[in-house]
Order: sequence, then C-alpha cells, then structure tokens
Amino acid sequence: MKFTGTDSYVASDDLRVAVNASITLQRPLLIKGEPGTGKTVLAHEVAKAIGAPLIEWHIKSTTKAQQGLYEYDAVSRLRDSQLGDGRVKDIANYIKRGKLWDAFTHAQRPVLLIDEIDKADIEFPNDLLLELDRMEFYVYETQEVVKASQRPIVMITSNNEKELPDAFLRRCFFHYIRFPDREIMTQIVDVHFPDLQRNLLREALNIFYDIRDVPGLKKKPSTSELLDWLKLLMVEDMPPESLRSKDSKQLIPPLHGALLKNEQDVHLFERLAFMARREQRQ
Amino acid sequence: MFTNFFLELRQARVPVSIKEYLALMEGMAEHVADYSVDDFYYLSRTILVKDERNLDKFDKVFGHVFKGLEALPAEGTTAEIPEEWLRKLAEKLLTDEEKAQIEAMGGWEKLMETLKKRLEEQQKRHQGGSKWIGTAGTSPFGAYGFNPEGVRIGQDKNREGRAVKVWDKREYKNLDDTVEIGTRNIKIALRRLRKFAREGAEVELDMPDTIRSTARNAGYLDIKMIPERRNKVKLLLLFDIGGSMDAHIRVCEELFSAARSEFKHLEFFYFHNCLYEKLWKDNRRRHVDTYPTAQLMNTFPPDYKIIFVGDASMSPYEIAYPGGSVEHWNEEAGQVWIQRMADTYRSMVWLNPVPERHWSYTPSIQLLQQLSSNRMFPLTLGGLDSAMKELNK
Repeated sequence: MKFTGTDSYVASDDLRVAVNASITLQRPLLIKGEPGTGKTVLAHEVAKAIGAPLIEWHIKSTTKAQQGLYEYDAVSRLRDSQLGDGRVKDIANYIKRGKLWDAFTHAQRPVLLIDEIDKADIEFPNDLLLELDRMEFYVYETQEVVKASQRPIVMITSNNEKELPDAFLRRCFFHYIRFPDREIMTQIVDVHFPDLQRNLLREALNIFYDIRDVPGLKKKPSTSELLDWLKLLMVEDMPPESLRSKDSKQLIPPLHGALLKNEQDVHLFERLAFMARREQRQ
Repeated sequence: MFTNFFLELRQARVPVSIKEYLALMEGMAEHVADYSVDDFYYLSRTILVKDERNLDKFDKVFGHVFKGLEALPAEGTTAEIPEEWLRKLAEKLLTDEEKAQIEAMGGWEKLMETLKKRLEEQQKRHQGGSKWIGTAGTSPFGAYGFNPEGVRIGQDKNREGRAVKVWDKREYKNLDDTVEIGTRNIKIALRRLRKFAREGAEVELDMPDTIRSTARNAGYLDIKMIPERRNKVKLLLLFDIGGSMDAHIRVCEELFSAARSEFKHLEFFYFHNCLYEKLWKDNRRRHVDTYPTAQLMNTFPPDYKIIFVGDASMSPYEIAYPGGSVEHWNEEAGQVWIQRMADTYRSMVWLNPVPERHWSYTPSIQLLQQLSSNRMFPLTLGGLDSAMKELNK
C-alpha cells in the first residue's frame, strides 16, 4: 500500500513520504496549510489511490468527542417503552454508532478523515487521545470494549484556528502543505484542465502570483480559487491577450470575483490600480 | 543511531520526545525511507515536527547534523567572482609574461580545476596575498579576472546534491515565531471567566425535568427541552496604545486574539496612556472616529466586566490634573474618568505588561493601582489567572 499521488492530485515528494509513513506506521497524520491547498481532498485521494473506503467526520464548533464514538438515544428508548416495543429490553438497540466506531469495525481498513479539528471545542483533541492511540474505547451502556481489528488510516486537517494540545500532537505525524510554486502549480492545473491553452495558463499564473504578492491582502487566493478562476476563464472563452494587457485601466483582472473574496481586498486592488494610473499620467 | 540528531533538536528547542524518536526508529525499521537522504529528511520532518513554526529550526539542525552526509560538496558552493574584483583588476591587465606563466601551470583546464579547489577553501573576499583568489594579488587566480564573465564554480557538477538544498533553502523561515506563552495558555486562563447560562432556542433535552413531568403525567412521555448552555460573560477590553506600549504589542495581540475567540460578547476600545473623555476603535482614525467615554458607560450595562490593558507608565500629571494629557486638552483629569468607570462597573481589573517588581519605581503605576483599588495585575499567565478570579467574584 504505497501512495504516489493520483491522476487528479499532484502530491509533492514530502507529502508522499508523510502519507506513506502514516500508513506504514499506523499513526494519524495531521495536515495543516493555507485554506484551499487541498487538505481535505488529500484524504479522498488517498482513499481512492489505495482502494480503501473513506469515512468522513466533519467537525463543527458543537461537535463532542463522544459523538465520534457512540451516542445513547435515550429519547427513542423512552418512547418505545411507552409503546410497549419489545426492543426496549436490549439497550444495545439504542446505541448509535459514531464515525470512529464505524472506522474501527469496518471489514476493510478504511481511511478516516477528521476534518477541521480546530473548529471544535478546545478540549476536543484531548478527549480523543486514548481512542487514537490505542484505537479502542469502552461503551458504558453495554459494557463492551470496541477495539479496532485493523487500525484505520487517520487523516486530520486543521486550519490553525486553535492551537492543539501537545499530548495530542505527540501522537500524530505532521505535515504542512506549502503553497505550491509555479512549477507544481502548472502540473496541478494540467491535471485539472488538460486542454487549457499554454499561453493562457502562463498569463493567468502570472496574474495569480502577482495578486498573491500584493501586500496587505486579507485572504490570499489559493489553489482552489485559481482552479475556479481558470474554469471561469475557459467558460467565458477569454483570449490570453485580455490577461496580458498592460493597460492600467485593466489592472483588475477579469472575473476577479473568483480570486478576491473580500470587498476590502477588491478595494485595495482598485486603489492600487488608481495609483498606477496616476503615476502613468505624471 | 541518531541520538545526536535528537539531542540537538531538543537543544534547539524543537519539542521532540522519546516517543517521537522511537516512532522515527520504527519508520526506519519499516523502510519508509529507503536509503534516500531526501526521504529520510521528509520522514523525520513528518514525525518529529508538530508545528510549522518549528520547521525552520528543524531545517537548521538537520543541515547542521547531517552536514557532509553527501560525499560531494554539492552545488551549494556555486560561486561567482564579483564584478568589482574584476574592475580593479582591469588596471593590472595581464602581461604576456604572465600568460606564459599560466601556460606553465598546465594550461587552462588545469587552472580551472585548481581554482575550483581553492574557491571551496576560501570563504571571503581576499585582497593581496599569494595563494587566495582575490584582487591585486600575484596568485594566478586573481589574474583570472580578465575574463569579464567571471568564473562560475561548481556549475557543471552533477545534481545529486539537490537533497541538501531542500533543507538549506529553509523555506519555512517566515513562519517561525518564538511565541513563548502561546494563545492556548491564555485561553485556558481566560476560561476561568466562563459563566454558563441557558438562553435562546430550546434545543437540548432536559432529562431530569422530562422524567419528573413524565412521572407526573402518569407515565406518558412529556418531553421537556431547554436552551443550550452558553458563555454569558460580557467583556469590555480597553487597550492603551502607542508610545511606551509599543514594546508590549506582541503580548497584547496574543491576549486580544485569545479573548476574541473565547468570548461572544466582547467589545474593545483604545485609549492613549490614560482614560479620558473619548476612546476609539480604529487607530488610524483615532482623531476622527471617537467614542465618548460617557456614552460607553451608558451603552454597556454594569454587568460588563472591564479589563484595562496598559503599562500605566506616564507622568503623574496625566492622571491627576485637567489638561495633563499629552495629546489634547482634557477638561477633566484622567483620574475622574477612571473613578467614574470604577463606580459604574463592579468588575474591573487593570492588566499591566510591566513586570511587577518594577511597579514601585513608577509613581503613575502606584497612582492607578490605588485608583483601581488594588486590582492591577501583571500581564503574565499567573497575573491573568488572578485577574480572572477577581473578575469572577
């Protein structure tokens, strides 16, 4: 089981080694990086590449660690008891399995994605320490121990909104997805839009990296935004010349809405364009 | 095998533990990195580093420990002889005699090879002397400069050394910050200030009440719901900004970002040195967009908790006298305003980034300490903890 990237995902060497290390050594892999650099997609692609089922657990601010293990549905049991349902006798009928339980007992070794762990409460990672370390937990209601028959491949993504506790980090491997350079970005675009004109791509990448270099942007555009923008350019059938025009009136790239997600950033851009125009007049 | 590497990492304050070291050994035993330095670098980075802030430190240690791992000095030694050296040499163009000497040394090829070797030994620009490459010397390599292109050394070597460059490039440099008390610790300290209350939509099942009313309902189910628990604490942060506070910006930013994510009801305002009749929210527009302090006291009800953050270091006149402010003419003295705040809000603390042991040397700190009835705390984790306890009273 070796991951080498797929036909729709370009994995750099360091990412490849990190994923393979976490598969071989059976440790969770924590992935950080700018938004839109393909953290969540990675888990999908790894699952696809090694032919493993994918179990996704998306974390929200209200998610509790316990929900990943199991939940005891007391309300249904109470209701069933009112109706005289026979199932009431067995409490196991009212234990709802969580994503971790699913992953532990899956017939085939699955990929478990714990997405955006930093969104949860500050104690959330601490509550999962034992479960991720030993891959087992105890169900109080039925007094059974759920133990993973084979350790799932765990991928955890974080957007760095909260710091994770040391004890948790100690149990994970870590990879920081660096923002791809021009060369890798060209490969990535090739994978997604094979029939894109060479020169259109070159002009678009120039503009894209120029925008990223503008100081003071609130949200720098990332890979996924570039891909969206290119898709738009293709749909609108923009000629490469329209991107190249050094006319300062055109300083704001066409269809910039896909790249700049924040009205302050658009303002900043307009201001820069205005200043450039004034300089030209002088 | 790699104990040295491990120890050096610890010395460089990359937080690694035995557990991670063993995991690395396990990875080596499992052949995750198969005899490739590149892969070994990636593997050890994945296992040993847990935070992108430490990547740069890691790269440095890795480069240091495994220096000389490559048999060949890699392309990193590419050097270009600067133009200025050549310009100086222009005055001293080679004579035919000297050119003959070069020939005597074994011709061009030989010369290049020796030059390459010497350049590797040489670290800095060198003037004079008879061995090192430099200007105005008698070494044959100094005379080299009549080639206006300069001589590139190492260019033609094979590219095996690429791996070394990966960590020598140190691409994670700007992510490194040596924040000592990270925001997590501050958040934990701020957590003391949580006061849960149930407000809003009823989304949670109230078990005790459901059981009670079901029993009362002769066993027929009567479900009771209650709203979710939320943190009800309301916080008003007032920051001293500019001047002597510039030295404390980092710790204030940390406090601010931690507080911001921890509390739902959080308002903040800025002031300069001492509280007067106006505050502002945007530092760039501090003279235009001001917010009257009197209005603040009317707007925010007395159940708000006030935290002043400031070094309280100024001339005592700025607190005690009307017109004492360094920025504008204030009709009423700063202490009047602070007293009003203290009267309006029961819970109020002052956090001071100046170390506590220096407080007694600054009269203005003592003055404000009195004004806030001894509720001034140092802006450290311990101080923050006691401040939160004070606010919770």
